Amino acid sequence: MKQFLSFVRKEFYHVFRDRKTMLLLFGMPIAQILLFGFALTNEIKNTKIVVCDYAHDPMSEQVIAKLEASKSFDVVKQLMSATEIEAAFKADNIKLAIVFPNQLYQELNHNNKATIQIIADGSDPNTATTVTNYATSIIQSYMRDKFPQPDLLQINTEVRMIYNPELKGTTNFVPGVMALVLMLISVLMTSVSIVKEKESGTMEVLLVSPFSALMVVISKAVPYLVLSFVNLIVILLLSVFLLDLPINGSLPLIVFESLLLIITALSLGLMISNITNSQQEAMIVSLMGMLLPVMIFTGFMFPIENMPKPLQVISNIVPSKWYYTIIKAVMIKGVGFASVWKETLVLLGMTLFLLVISIKKFKTRLG
Amino acid sequence: MKNEVVIKTEQLTKRFGDFIATNAISFEVYAGEIFGFLGANGAGKTTAMRMLCGLSVPSSGAATIAGCDVYKEPERLKKSIGYMSQKFSLYEDLTVSENLEFFGGIYGMSRNQIKAKADRVLKQLGLDVDKDKLVGSLPLGWKQKLAFSVAVFHDPKIVFLDEPTGGVDPITRRQFWDLIYEAAGRGITVFVTTHYMDEAEYCNRISMMVDGVIKALDTPDNLKRQFNASSMDEVFFELARGAKRSAD
Repeated sequence: MKQFLSFVRKEFYHVFRDRKTMLLLFGMPIAQILLFGFALTNEIKNTKIVVCDYAHDPMSEQVIAKLEASKSFDVVKQLMSATEIEAAFKADNIKLAIVFPNQLYQELNHNNKATIQIIADGSDPNTATTVTNYATSIIQSYMRDKFPQPDLLQINTEVRMIYNPELKGTTNFVPGVMALVLMLISVLMTSVSIVKEKESGTMEVLLVSPFSALMVVISKAVPYLVLSFVNLIVILLLSVFLLDLPINGSLPLIVFESLLLIITALSLGLMISNITNSQQEAMIVSLMGMLLPVMIFTGFMFPIENMPKPLQVISNIVPSKWYYTIIKAVMIKGVGFASVWKETLVLLGMTLFLLVISIKKFKTRLG
Repeated sequence: MKNEVVIKTEQLTKRFGDFIATNAISFEVYAGEIFGFLGANGAGKTTAMRMLCGLSVPSSGAATIAGCDVYKEPERLKKSIGYMSQKFSLYEDLTVSENLEFFGGIYGMSRNQIKAKADRVLKQLGLDVDKDKLVGSLPLGWKQKLAFSVAVFHDPKIVFLDEPTGGVDPITRRQFWDLIYEAAGRGITVFVTTHYMDEAEYCNRISMMVDGVIKALDTPDNLKRQFNASSMDEVFFELARGAKRSAD
């Protein structure tokens, strides 16, 4: 035990004395959260639009007021004629133009039908679709308020986004960033710190000492387990207090699942340290080998269901995919262990498998 | 004293595929001896030493060190040996005292033992004023001397030194050998590989390895007499001339 404590203390000296390690360890999660939370958002806020109101009746004015009142839109200009629309798109970074026809109100009264034209900037199809939907839903809700009992029978669909009513991008990203950061940091730290000992010749000295190889592995893993854990807490705090993301499920369950992922990542790091001989090599393998699969196959950037079948199959071997599925369900939907036990079992299986293999490999290398 | 055998190898062999790095070497080292293990680059010295320390398993043969079978009782053996590798092997981002504390710690020494021992070692090396400096900031010669002190910090029965004085200036080399003598005086058996023939003269007995086999083993004086040479340089030359393996 005393031997173990000496070792762990030494590991912490290594970490705290290396500014680069510290930066990576604590800078990366914060940067990622801020990046994904604020920059990479697909929410619509204060989108600039123009209106061209030929009707100038109470109805069109009420709709415009309603659009302006919403947080999503910012009516920057009232155009006199539809011919000015294209110029507005080109000059003013406009995403949407809405044209109200002449005699909107009369038309609706006589024909029970009127058309409002929405013109969107299709050069960015995703944004175009989203803003069009927003605008349509605002107009429809206005119509429902105004005419609660329509004369004709008609079916209205009412769409409600549950768990994430405001369609906040961060809801998706935070569990993804948790998976990404925990995977990368834990794999990178362990592999680099073990390879560093190999590189500097201290590994041989350790192996000649009575400190067993298994203990070397454990004492290497424990400090990084603790540090990854601190990271996890930092991410959770940031998402709750900075991104206003609630933790709906049980915190102990989130912590437990995260520990599983951290141990998986530590084992992977150990495996990488077995096959590499220099810190640069370990770093490249860790980053290249982890970053892309985690980004692509975790599911927070690209939906896995939309991928070709072979890629969907491959995604199953990426531990962070299972973690992401679990955390999303627990954190956002607030489900309990009963709903995620299958995914947990898969993750646990992967953890044990990698742990056993990497420890075994580490031992044989010494022989 | 010369009768107690602390290292005994029998037909120790290591093959890497077709290549035989060490070929059936057998020798004995006595307690308290400074045993020089000489040979050209690639002769198989480091391989032999790694096998003796338990870092590498022999293809065949046996070795007994301090009464332990190296491959059957590795854990018991580890407490009785110290090792200084060819590469400089302390933690550069730890201070002098932290290195001593760490290595004392993993050998299971108590805090008081470590403290008392560290004070003595630091005084002996003249490093007591620098004990809170990072090891990385010390000159190479100091690092080497410190690495040796770390290797014998837990008072092993035998210490293995793999080319400990590589790249060090002659004065520091001399001081290094003073440390070796001091350790031998305390009863620690020293097993040392070197390239420097003047250092070979400092050893009680030396063995010469050529192409994976031990070609000669005796005291420096006897070897010089045997090969009719005036210096160890000539002895080495005489023996290594027939070597087939060149430098690695």
